[in-house]
Amino acid sequence: MSYEWFANFAQTWGLIGFMSLFGLVLFYALKPSNKKMFDEAARIPLEKD
Amino acid sequence: MAQQASITKTLTIGEGGTIISLIALAVASIIIAAKAWTPEYAFHAYLFAAASVASIFAVFNRYYARDAAPAPQEVDGKPNYNMGPVKFATLASVFWGIAGFTVGLIIALQLAYPALNFDLPWTNFGRLRPLHTSAVIFAFGGNVLLATSFYVVQRTCHARLAGDIAPWFVVLGYNFFIVIAGTGYLLGITQSKEYAEPEWYADLFLTVVWVAYLLVFLATIWKRKEPHIYVANWFYLAFIVTIALLHLGNNAAIPVSIYSSKSYIVWSGVQDAMVQWWYGHNAVGFFLTAGFLAIMYYFIPKRADRPVYSYRLSIVHFWALIFIYIWAGPHHLHYTALPDWAQTLGMVFSIVLWMPSWGGMINGLMTLQGAWDKLRTDPVLRMMVVSVAFYGMSTFEGPLMSIKSVNSLSHYTDWTIGHVHSGALGWVAYVSFGAIYCLVPWLWNRSRLYSLRLVNWHFWLSTLGIVLYISAMWVSGILQGLMWRAYTKLGFLEFSFIETSEAMHPFYVIRALGGALFVIGALIMAYNIWMTIRSPQIASEAQRPQLVPAE
Amino acid sequence: MSVWAKHQIFEKNSIVLLIGILIVVAIGGLVEIVPLFYLKSTIEKVEGMRPYTPLELAGRNIYVREGCYNCHSQMIRPLRDEVERYGHYSLAAESMYDHPFQWGSKRTGPDLARVGGKYSDEWQRAHLNNPRSVVPGSIMPGYPFLAKTPLDSQHIGQMMKVLALEGVPYTPEMIEKAQTDLIAQANVDDAGAADLVKRYPKALARDFDGNPGTISEMDALIAYLQMLGTLVDFKTYDKKANVR
Repeated sequence: MSYEWFANFAQTWGLIGFMSLFGLVLFYALKPSNKKMFDEAARIPLEKD
Repeated sequence: MAQQASITKTLTIGEGGTIISLIALAVASIIIAAKAWTPEYAFHAYLFAAASVASIFAVFNRYYARDAAPAPQEVDGKPNYNMGPVKFATLASVFWGIAGFTVGLIIALQLAYPALNFDLPWTNFGRLRPLHTSAVIFAFGGNVLLATSFYVVQRTCHARLAGDIAPWFVVLGYNFFIVIAGTGYLLGITQSKEYAEPEWYADLFLTVVWVAYLLVFLATIWKRKEPHIYVANWFYLAFIVTIALLHLGNNAAIPVSIYSSKSYIVWSGVQDAMVQWWYGHNAVGFFLTAGFLAIMYYFIPKRADRPVYSYRLSIVHFWALIFIYIWAGPHHLHYTALPDWAQTLGMVFSIVLWMPSWGGMINGLMTLQGAWDKLRTDPVLRMMVVSVAFYGMSTFEGPLMSIKSVNSLSHYTDWTIGHVHSGALGWVAYVSFGAIYCLVPWLWNRSRLYSLRLVNWHFWLSTLGIVLYISAMWVSGILQGLMWRAYTKLGFLEFSFIETSEAMHPFYVIRALGGALFVIGALIMAYNIWMTIRSPQIASEAQRPQLVPAE
Repeated sequence: MSVWAKHQIFEKNSIVLLIGILIVVAIGGLVEIVPLFYLKSTIEKVEGMRPYTPLELAGRNIYVREGCYNCHSQMIRPLRDEVERYGHYSLAAESMYDHPFQWGSKRTGPDLARVGGKYSDEWQRAHLNNPRSVVPGSIMPGYPFLAKTPLDSQHIGQMMKVLALEGVPYTPEMIEKAQTDLIAQANVDDAGAADLVKRYPKALARDFDGNPGTISEMDALIAYLQMLGTLVDFKTYDKKANVR
């Protein structure tokens, strides 16, 4: 493994890979159909038992 | 459940297995103690033997005292929470906190007045400094994390803590590890890897405890009544899993003999440096950040009685933070013999890290939207909110210091020490104090804390202490950095090393003063907690506070 | 049955979360650590590096035991003032046999990467016994107990064996002769000194603690300090060939 190969990979596929990972997280967090679930989840600490 | 009630009392598999393992550990420890190469190591082996024997008695005692049937999962349709281990870890955290802060004060005084080293092996700065760092990070911080994680995972899953003996093994085993680590430093048993000083046998024991911790935590999540896993548990899980990974990677060592405390790390030189700071920085990132963010995500909403500002932001915050943090280690190795590409990666990710960090800060602070007035009346909530503000400050300072040109000045100086303490005292300790002040009345079933006035005193004394501490370290760090690189007109270095060291004296005195105020604050907290526990219980179950009103 | 099915889904969620965390936190570490073992440019090509002699290794064990890294770095950065104050900037090759590395992170005291040969044994002795006797403003603890404690070198061969297992080029001969080499290095005009230098070029053999009667921990620690940063031959070091 040479330094050049390593740097080249990081600056192309590595970057694309990380960006799409981040996109996936954003998609999951912002997906409208998940909103209800998140609103309910946010109230978990306040529930009484 | 019902048919088990009629069963005659027998040892459970867990109890039997624990007793057999402990007998084996005791026998092995005694053999090792007899053949140990050094008296220090023999002492540790005897400690292991004594702890094993004591634990065997404890398991039997517990067996004779308990009912035939296992503890019910629910009582009257409500989860039968297991708060014993949580109580123990809460009190342990107060004890270790005071111990760790006091040792910090002692070593601060040693730097101002070197005669206080007493020129003895077990009192010199080199052995006491790891005692301080481990006591505050792993003993104080670790017990706070154990207590809050076991509390939060039960309350947010509406389920009793998984396991019967396992949670006790985690809490007691972890504290035994602390005793082994701490006494080891004083006796000169150390790997000399920062924040990973304990030797191989302590590391092995901690690994067993940690696996049990992960399993108890996960198994409790598996029992949950809610479909969703609350975000605080995500942070706890990331903390537990990643610390396991870091611990195993950084402590890979070969002991010289099973009869010797000495081992040699398998990594060497530049690779060891990279592994060490991958570990070291993420001890900050996952132990001191992810774990305590979990506290923020549970205790601030609970205390302020409103849901977290943005749950969506918390999800993005979580994934971005854990992904980016792990890269930041090489900023501890700027301009060293670590290859430049690794230094650059470390710097870039450290700067990017500013964004998720502030995402978390905003989420914590904005939870108080519409309830800011509570800060005026509730010093506990104020402590937690100020901790988040300190978190914001140190996570801004951190990326700044990871820039190579800034780092060339700040590295090796007290600036780093100041930075660490703005995070450790301002963020970690304050959010912990807040959580402890919340937990004690909840756990011991008291209507309120003994005195909010004393919480106020604690808050203002330690805030003054922190301000003195970090400003003294800013000045001394930048001053010494500049003195090291100062040149005369003729092009010679202007100051000898000792001149730069002598210039630090006044700041070391101020720092010690700040530390003393912080210790006094913690003592006030201990008194307040003691008095709270001594105050009468709430009369009826119905009055039990689900939420302590922020009066 | 339906409860069980639901329970399964719950478990799946937490396992997905667990695996997700593992993957996400593994990436950064792998990318930064693994190449350091494979990129040839990581460790420079130098002449003169050798493993520590048994006495130096015993001294290093004491350096580690006392936690000297808490206040002293062993890593000179390539900055003008550091190079002028401490000497040539540190190379990765210079710590390639260091298990663990002792680069440090704080300079409460000065850097020690090239302290070897800068001060006399007498100075080192006086300084370790009572730092303020030679440096009045020093805030270093005194270590008078080192000179009073005989060196426990019984197991030094076993220690070298472990290091050899981890890749330090100790030969079976070096390990076998560990005791004699250690004694030879701590004495003046010992018959074994010639053999020692053959096995460990540049090794300094003398009575480091000024007390010919015993080999003390002081002997070992000073032997270690006096060789720090002196091994690499910078006359033959090609800076341009080692750009990283």
